[in-house]
Amino acid sequence: MLGIALWTSMALVVAALLLNVYRLAVGPDMPDRLLALDTMYVNSIALIVLMGLWLNTKTYFESALLIAMLGFISTVAVCKYLLRGDIIE
Amino acid sequence: MMLYVLLEGLIAFLLIAGGVFAFIGSLGMAHLRDFYMRLHGPTKATTLGIGCMLLASMLYFWVTEGKPDIQELLITLFLFITAPVSAHLLAKTGLHLQLRHEDKTRGNPPELRDEEIGEKPVPHPDRGHG
Repeated sequence: MLGIALWTSMALVVAALLLNVYRLAVGPDMPDRLLALDTMYVNSIALIVLMGLWLNTKTYFESALLIAMLGFISTVAVCKYLLRGDIIE
Repeated sequence: MMLYVLLEGLIAFLLIAGGVFAFIGSLGMAHLRDFYMRLHGPTKATTLGIGCMLLASMLYFWVTEGKPDIQELLITLFLFITAPVSAHLLAKTGLHLQLRHEDKTRGNPPELRDEEIGEKPVPHPDRGHG
């Protein structure tokens, strides 16, 4: 039961990542692309968690935490750049 | 033994729910028509989806190893704190750039004040610019 659930979940997350890539390529404006990247890092964290469940190891959760922190910081940095034309004033 | 079957069912349900919510969030982002509508999907549905998945992972490792771990809780907490902040900043960026929007999207983008877009320094609450 767990195996089927794991594979279904992985397939759904990969489909979500493909939709994000579509929005990243098509997105008419800069904030759309930024939103696509923001969603992409959340989905990649989900994929890492599922990989940890699949391999039955906890090694990769630190990398998920790192991706969460760096993704948030980079989203804020690009938002600040678009909003004010500068990152550190 | 009954308890383990129930826990396995709960973990499987949380995994499926997490995948479905993550997919719905990304589908909304790919399908809806303007930026302010697209912002809804990832900020709410995807956050709930990843919360479900991390809860499933936490339960699984708790059951198999016999003791709870703080790592997944830390990731969940961090994501749940940062998602609204980045959504707020993205909405503010969209308003500042005055993106085109559907007629149905209510509310006009207000003019941001000079100090909000960095034209002018933010005044001190007591002393003003003096």
